[in-house]
Amino acid sequence: MTLAIDGWFTIGDDGTHLLGTRCADCGTVSFPPQWGFCRNPHCSGETQEETRLPRQGTVWSYTNACYAPPPPFAAAEPYTPVTLAAVELAEAGIIVLGQVKDLTVDELRVGMELRLTHGPLADGPLVWMWEAAQ
Amino acid sequence: MNTVVIGAGMHPWGKWGKPFIEYGVAAARAALADAGVSWTDVQYVVGADTIRNGYPGFIAGATFAQALGWNGARIASCYAACASGAQAIDLARTRILAGLCDVALVVGADSTPKGFFKPVGGKRPDDPDWLRFRLLGATNPAYFALYARRRMALYGSTAADFAAVKVKNAACGALNPMARYRKPVTEQEVLASPMVADPLRLMDICATSDGGAAVVLASAEFARRHGISRPVRLAAVSTVTPTFPNTTLELPAFATDSAAAVSEQAPQLRIPAPERPFRADIAHAAYEEAGLGPDDLSFAEVYDLSTALELDWMEDVGLCPPGEAEKLLRAGDTTLGGRIPVNPSGGLASFGEAIPAQAIAQVCELTWQLRGTAGARQVAGARVGLAANQGLFGHGSAVIATT
Repeated sequence: MTLAIDGWFTIGDDGTHLLGTRCADCGTVSFPPQWGFCRNPHCSGETQEETRLPRQGTVWSYTNACYAPPPPFAAAEPYTPVTLAAVELAEAGIIVLGQVKDLTVDELRVGMELRLTHGPLADGPLVWMWEAAQ
Repeated sequence: MNTVVIGAGMHPWGKWGKPFIEYGVAAARAALADAGVSWTDVQYVVGADTIRNGYPGFIAGATFAQALGWNGARIASCYAACASGAQAIDLARTRILAGLCDVALVVGADSTPKGFFKPVGGKRPDDPDWLRFRLLGATNPAYFALYARRRMALYGSTAADFAAVKVKNAACGALNPMARYRKPVTEQEVLASPMVADPLRLMDICATSDGGAAVVLASAEFARRHGISRPVRLAAVSTVTPTFPNTTLELPAFATDSAAAVSEQAPQLRIPAPERPFRADIAHAAYEEAGLGPDDLSFAEVYDLSTALELDWMEDVGLCPPGEAEKLLRAGDTTLGGRIPVNPSGGLASFGEAIPAQAIAQVCELTWQLRGTAGARQVAGARVGLAANQGLFGHGSAVIATT
């Protein structure tokens, strides 16, 4: 199992989780993980702890790529439009962008619930993806 | 003490397939001729960088200075994504205001490949601009589309509203000899163009173009000495960054800042939430610097990377409250002859984006409009103009110019 990027998400028996960092001083959450200095300008913290982001959230917005994106994206052949969703994870106060698995834009709407899963890029490595929350 | 614009020049936008240097030099010569200033008298040159044209693009100031013939002027080169041109103008303006020079030339030009902008080559897994393509296939239009869909959900905007922006801007662009697209279009044509990133269609999204733009800036005293009466005055140049936490998903980010630190969940932190979103901040800072407000504007040039984004910008620069941009558009307020024309140049819809040249081109349009020399697209009685734009990685700009 090859991940398309190390340290940004984890796949376990309890599902797929996005990995962020949480500042030990002020609690600010960052995704992708931000090791070292805290991004909160009011905080001088330098210690970050790994944290799992909430797995479920609501669609902030969505779109698709009707034409194959250019490299370094590996486009499937034949190409089918990639769906993207920006999902608001309210508990963490953060919106995270990801591909959407097995849903087209016609099946999405702003405010609907999605949850985290993973799936392969066309050349094999796994990436985090959003899917219907059932 | 004031900085004034005494010369403006452009190379027409298009897909000419020539080196960017040619466009920049043509624009620079046009601006110098317009100002009546000799190149050898220019004391400071600032180039807005292009990142897709090799090393000469990274040192654009020196590249243009060499192409014009080394004249011993001091130089600077800068990159700030779509705001590069405005940052270059701000560098020149600051040097003039500091009394370190009297007259400066600012140049930006780009030569662009066909198709989507893609990251600069090579495998660079530490670069978020490379990673967003690799992991998500998230092109620039994908981000524009996220904003457009969000607008539809919040305010009930429709694809026809977006198309109406294109129709308006194409009508203006048809009157602009510097624009790349000079044909009026209909709402039906926009709605029949291929979907690129739902809900945005091909004709909703700005193209990538070749082009060059330049301005000659000077101290008011220099202008007086040279007999230039009533030059256009640069009243403000804002290049502010976002304020944490930035809760809008910005190009090329994977996520927003976390708002948790300013929420009720974390009262112990007592961090103030930003007063306004980033794009509104950019304009607000310019209004404060100029001592003017949205009601003072005669017209605005805003960065219509997509048709839908023009509507967002109208609200961000304060032309109307959030959710009401469509009303102004549909009432004809923002068209030529309307109450507050938006993008009388034709905007990016008619130009396509030549990144380092674009913010300078906006200031060229402000200059021509405020001089009353914009020809068929002249905004009657223009006294105050605003140009606003936003680029990647927290860059943006707003320029206010007055008669």
